[in-house]
Amino acid sequence: MADTPEAGPDWEGVRLHVVSGKGGTGKTTVAAALAIALAAEGRRTLLIEVEGRQGIAELFGIAALPYEERKVASVSPAQLGLEGAGTGEVFALAIDPEQALLEYLEMFYKLGRAGKALRKLGAIDFATTIAPGLRDVLLTGKACEAARRKGPGGRAYDAVVMDAPPTGRITRFLNVNTEVAGLARFGPIHNQAQAVMRVIRSPETAVHLVTLLEEMPVQETVDGVGELREAGLPVGGVVVNMVRPPVLDEAAVRAVDGDHREEVARALVDAGLGGRSRSATGVRAHVEPLLDPLLDQAREHAERVLLERGQRADLEQLELPSYELPLLGGGVDLGGLYRLAAELKRQGAA
Amino acid sequence: MSAQAKGRAKAGATGPDRTGTDRTGTAEKSPAGLADPSLDVDALLDDPDTRIIVCCGSGGVGKTTTAAALGVRAAERGRRVVVLTIDPARRLAQSMGLSELDNTPRPVKGVAGDNGGELFAMMLDMKRTFDEIVLAHSDPERARTILENPFYQSLSAGFAGTQEYMAMEKLGQLRARDEWDLIVVDTPPSRSALDFLDAPNRLGSFLDGRFIRVLTAPAKVGGRGAMKFLGVGMGLVTGVLTKVLGAHVLTDVQTFVAALDSMFGGFRERADRTYKLLQAPGTAFLVVAAPERDALREAAYFVDRLAADRMPLAGLVLNRVHTTGAPQLTAERALAGAETLEENGAEQDPDGADGSPGSSGSTGAPSASAAEAVAAGLLRLHAERMQVMARERSTRDRFVSVYPDVPITEVAALPGDVHDLDGLREIGTRLGRTPA
Repeated sequence: MADTPEAGPDWEGVRLHVVSGKGGTGKTTVAAALAIALAAEGRRTLLIEVEGRQGIAELFGIAALPYEERKVASVSPAQLGLEGAGTGEVFALAIDPEQALLEYLEMFYKLGRAGKALRKLGAIDFATTIAPGLRDVLLTGKACEAARRKGPGGRAYDAVVMDAPPTGRITRFLNVNTEVAGLARFGPIHNQAQAVMRVIRSPETAVHLVTLLEEMPVQETVDGVGELREAGLPVGGVVVNMVRPPVLDEAAVRAVDGDHREEVARALVDAGLGGRSRSATGVRAHVEPLLDPLLDQAREHAERVLLERGQRADLEQLELPSYELPLLGGGVDLGGLYRLAAELKRQGAA
Repeated sequence: MSAQAKGRAKAGATGPDRTGTDRTGTAEKSPAGLADPSLDVDALLDDPDTRIIVCCGSGGVGKTTTAAALGVRAAERGRRVVVLTIDPARRLAQSMGLSELDNTPRPVKGVAGDNGGELFAMMLDMKRTFDEIVLAHSDPERARTILENPFYQSLSAGFAGTQEYMAMEKLGQLRARDEWDLIVVDTPPSRSALDFLDAPNRLGSFLDGRFIRVLTAPAKVGGRGAMKFLGVGMGLVTGVLTKVLGAHVLTDVQTFVAALDSMFGGFRERADRTYKLLQAPGTAFLVVAAPERDALREAAYFVDRLAADRMPLAGLVLNRVHTTGAPQLTAERALAGAETLEENGAEQDPDGADGSPGSSGSTGAPSASAAEAVAAGLLRLHAERMQVMARERSTRDRFVSVYPDVPITEVAALPGDVHDLDGLREIGTRLGRTPA
């Protein structure tokens, strides 16, 4: 759970972190923060984007990423509020399915001129269009390849984090290798699909879901976990994003909701909000128009706190490790990203 | 609403032209500093010439809810409406009293229709819609060949553009039936913002592509011509494909393509027709967003894209905007007040037992210090609200300064989710609230 800073990281041994979530929950942000957190202690991580949105470039404030692994950040322990030395590195890659297919064909078949011809004919476009599974197998295949790639002295990357399609599509996206295997019942594509599937189903992979403490995202998370489990895909943790701290608890709201307007009004006067009037009635009149709006806001707040409690309970039933990230006012900039990364690290997600 | 709304109303009233092309009124600015035209949703819904409303926007901004709320409001204002949703949350379907939404429009009960209004709702079933097209455009035997082909099955269920294409196809069908005088369409949460605009063309050009002609080459002269043009032997290409895919795959693809080829003209024609339908004057696009940086960036992209495709944009629906009934109390003064109270509390109660503003502690009538703690909490809450509002406003204003001519309507945030028709009605009311 959220507060076990002492325990070791929850995903020791996981090489491929797939981050999904309902649209609008901030999955790109969480994926990036996780890639940073995993890069602590001098590690190297790769952050992969598959939907052609250039969300990573946007987040890191850099120019659009080409189809090439580029370093986007370095991570010192101090940046994550940790001690020690060793600067980690985060690389990023925006996968383009067409490029990936060409690369794949080149790697395995040395196509040369025929490859060029295929491209000119629109065959590549055709292939990735007619068989969406093929498109997805290329995307996941590339991620798996990066996760298993050998580098000098071990693996090229200690961890690969994929900013994956949203929850509604994730099972299909990851399971699509099975689908391709169905389309291509034997042959090299079939073998490739099988190999990718083995990595995805292995304990080296974890699918994390990002949610907000709101009804629809939570419902989608619960459904998504069910689908993933049914498909035999490894479910990772739940990241509750944009959590707002409760300012007032229910008891406090109930206390003001009754006939305690007068006490609260007096307190507001004590707070110096009574205006310049010297008479008690003048002061009271100045505070009066504030009372209802403030109490309304408190009621709304209490309603939200209550709803959030229900959503938390629903998430707890999933019995998955969960992490909570605070809402950063004004959107997430680079500084915010490191803050979220430190939070994930502290909570044991990395 | 609030002083905020009044400020906007004033700003909206400065320009006689609702589209905001008249910029002479800018001297009389809204408190936020930017005048902007406001979007009159009710006028849009009431206009009998409005036949299609397309809601687009990035995921998670309340697009589907907005579409449903527009449907309810339009029906209750006397229109005969059908709402086409793509992938509604279960609760939203339930909120319209529909335990299941399928590919057929179902009447929504409980929508007051004393003025002749009616509401229907349906959910897109892309596979079934695709199957229906196949069945409608080919003889039974050919249809069977297509429906059984593994590539068709994969394409109809999962092609990234299939959902978008089928949404547009369904829209065309609904429009052609002419049973409703208003169709409200929700759009799929596409990976890139306006895939649904591209999808008809993409499928068309895909089926029109040279490669298809190559694949069907034995039967067609054009295929060989393309080969010759590239200076590559047919054998080389098919050889590579067989090597990569395996021979059976190529056969499956060829069968599928040959079968589709017969429906080809139909597809293209329909795609073109739907595209034109979207450009027609009876269509209105609403871009839905929340007052957050990312959502508004996506919204900006939508606005540009719609303009590039000459699609009629009616305006921007800004969902989940926070408001307050006490705008006169600034965040700074509220915080200062909260601190004063907390300091008082700490003096009276040196143990700090009641130091936290959140806990009132006592169960009965709050003591003076408990009331102070609560009041401090109220003030902190208010300060937070004012800060959120300031951020939302500046995000919105950045959008407005780039797109001064895009009419906007703001929908005040609800504390919870929508569960029923009343919730949708409430959103509708907020949508339709015209600056008086």
